[in-house]
Amino acid sequence: MTRELKFSEALLEAQDQCMAADPAVYIMGLGVPDPTGIFGTTLGLQEKYGVNRVFDMPLAENAMTGVAIGSALVGMRPVMTHQRVDFATVAMEQIINQAAKWHYMFDGQVNVPLVIRMIIGRGWGQGPQHSQSLQAMFAHVPGLKVVMPTTAYDAKGLLISAIEDNNPVVMLEHRWLYGITDKVPEEFYRVPLGKAHIMREGTDVTIVGLSYMSLESLRAAELLAERGINAEVLDLRSLRPLDEDAILTSVRKTGNLVMADTAHKMFGASAEILALATEKAFDALKSPPRRVTLPDHPAPTSPALADDFYPRAGHIAAEVLRQLGRDVDDALFLPPEGRHHDQPDSSFKGPF
Amino acid sequence: MSNLSKDTKLTLYRGMLYIRTVEERIAELYPEQEIRCPVHLCIGQEAAEVGSGMALERSDYAFSGHRSHGHYLAKGGDLKSMMAEIYGKSTGCAGGKGGSMHLIDLDAGFMGAVPIVGSTIPIGVGTAFGSRLKGEDRVTMIYFGDGATETGVFHESLNFAALHKLSVVFLCENNLYSVYSPMNVRQPAGRTIADLAAAHGIENHAADGNDVETVYSLSKAAVDTARRGTGPVFLEFSTYRWREHCGPDFDNHVGYRSEEEFKEWQKKDPLTRYRELLIAEGTATENELAALAAELLVEVNAAVQFAQSSEFPAPVGAEQRVYAS
Repeated sequence: MTRELKFSEALLEAQDQCMAADPAVYIMGLGVPDPTGIFGTTLGLQEKYGVNRVFDMPLAENAMTGVAIGSALVGMRPVMTHQRVDFATVAMEQIINQAAKWHYMFDGQVNVPLVIRMIIGRGWGQGPQHSQSLQAMFAHVPGLKVVMPTTAYDAKGLLISAIEDNNPVVMLEHRWLYGITDKVPEEFYRVPLGKAHIMREGTDVTIVGLSYMSLESLRAAELLAERGINAEVLDLRSLRPLDEDAILTSVRKTGNLVMADTAHKMFGASAEILALATEKAFDALKSPPRRVTLPDHPAPTSPALADDFYPRAGHIAAEVLRQLGRDVDDALFLPPEGRHHDQPDSSFKGPF
Repeated sequence: MSNLSKDTKLTLYRGMLYIRTVEERIAELYPEQEIRCPVHLCIGQEAAEVGSGMALERSDYAFSGHRSHGHYLAKGGDLKSMMAEIYGKSTGCAGGKGGSMHLIDLDAGFMGAVPIVGSTIPIGVGTAFGSRLKGEDRVTMIYFGDGATETGVFHESLNFAALHKLSVVFLCENNLYSVYSPMNVRQPAGRTIADLAAAHGIENHAADGNDVETVYSLSKAAVDTARRGTGPVFLEFSTYRWREHCGPDFDNHVGYRSEEEFKEWQKKDPLTRYRELLIAEGTATENELAALAAELLVEVNAAVQFAQSSEFPAPVGAEQRVYAS
C-alpha cells in the first residue's frame, strides 16, 4: 500500500532523492536551512548534504539568480527557492533576460538547468505583496517553463522532472496546498512537464483549473453533480509547455469551458486558455467560455476585506450554471464555517 | 625597461594592434549597411583588454557586456566566428542569433557577453561558484564599465564573491561615460570606483588603463591571487572610448564631451605609446612593427571575407533552440 504524504513532504522527498542521485544538484534560498525549512520542504537537507549543497544566501535575489545561472552554465543544477512569488520579482532581469535567453541567443551552445521555486501566499493578512499569482508573467516568456502542481503526487513528480530538465523551470507552489495529502510512491518517479491531468471525468462542461483552483474546481464539480451537471475537471499542471491537446480534447467532448485561475483576469492564463479554445475548437463550443479569477485589484490585508477576494467552489459552480442557462442558488455562496475564511482549514494556526 | 620578456611584449603589442585593426575595419565597413546590428567599438581601450586577457589561461572564464569585441579577442575568441556573427551569418559564433552584443567562444573560455549593463557580473560570479563546487581552480574574469558599478547586481555580486572568497577578477574599464552621461551626474565626487570594492572588503587596485604593461602585471597578480582561492580582486583601469557609444563615428561635436578632452586622451593612445616604447628600448624596429600591421590586416580582411561570403542562416532557425532537449 502506498503511503500518504503531505504536499510539502513530497517536495522535500523530491529534492532529497534528486540530491542523492546527482551531485550537481544544490539548493539555495533565503531560509532554506533555517528551523522551519521553507514550510518543511527543505528540512534536514543541509544536515544530510552539507553546507556546500544546501545553503542560505544573501538577501540579493537578482544577483543570486545570476549566480545560479552561471553555475548552471558550467554543469551545476541549482534549485533556488523564494518564500513568496513576490520576492522573485526582484530577480526578473536575470530570469527573463538571462535564464530564459542564454540557450537561444547562443544558438544552443549552453544550457541553463535551473529550477526556481516560488510560493504563492494567500490569507492570514498576506496582503498586496505576499500573495500574488504571477504565472502569466513567467509563462509569457519563451525559454522558461512554468509548472504549478496541485497534488502531492504531482508535486514530487513535477519537481523531479523540473530538476532533471535542461531548461529554466519556474515552479509555483500554492501555500494552501502544502498540507493536503495524497498517495505518494517512495520511489523516484517523474511527472512530465507539459501534461495536464484529468482529475474528474465528465460530459457537460470542462473546468480547467490551475494549482489550488483545481481543488476548488473538484469541489465545484460535486456541487454541480448535486444539481445534475457532470463536470470534467482538468488540472493543467503546466502552463509552459501548455497541453493544448488535453484542453481541446476535453472542450470538444463537453462543448463548454470554464477556466478557474488563481490570478487576475486581464491578460492572464485564463485569457490564453479561452483564446486557445475559441481559436481551435470554436465549432465545438456550445456557449461562450467563462472565467473565474481574482477581482481586478491587489489583495487586501484585513480579513474583512479579503474574505471575498478569493473565489471558491461555489463561484465556479455558479459560473457553470450561468453558462448553461440554469438558475444560481444562494447556497452556492455560503462562506465556509468559522468567522473568517482566510486559512486553508480550521487546523491551521497563523502566521504563515 | 620592464622585466617582461621580448615575446610577452610583442604579444601584448600584437594583441592591441589586432583589436584596433578589427575595430577600425568594422568602422570602415559599417556605412555599407551590411552589418545590421548595433556595434560598440572599443578603440582606445585596447590596453585594458589585452593586458588583462593575456593574464588568463585559456581554460579560465571571461564574461563581458555590450562593448565586448576586445575582450572576446583578447581571450582568444575566434575572429572569423565573431565577424560572421556581426554580419548575422550562420557561421557566426552564435549562429546569427546574437550579433555583436552576444559574443561567445566556449573553446576559448569566453563564456558570453550581453548588453544589459551589469547582468553578466553575477553570472560570472556564478561560474566561479560552480568552479568552487566542482573543486576546479579556474579563474573567472568579469569585464564591465563604470556604469555597471551603479547597478544593484554589481554590489550584490561583490558581496557574494567576497563572502565565499571566489576566484573572480572584477575588471572595470572606467571610460568616464555611460553613453552620453558623464561621471559627475552619476557618482559622487571624492569617491572612486575602487572604493566601492574596498567597501565590500575586496582587494582592489586602480591604475592607468592605457599602459598595457601595468595592466598586464596587475592583472597577472590578480589572477594568481584569485586562483589561490583567498578571495576576489577588483581592478579599475582608467581609459577612454574614442568613437561614439554605439556605431562607427566620432561624436565629439554632439555636445556631451569636448574635442579637447578627446585629444588629450588620444595623446595617451595605448598603441602609440607602446609602439614608441618598444622602438625606443630596442625591443622591435619600426619595420618589424609595420610588417606586423600588414600581417594583421591580411588576417582581418580574411575574416571579413569569410563573414561576407558565409551564408545567412535558414529562416527556420529563428524558431529553433528555444529550449534545450
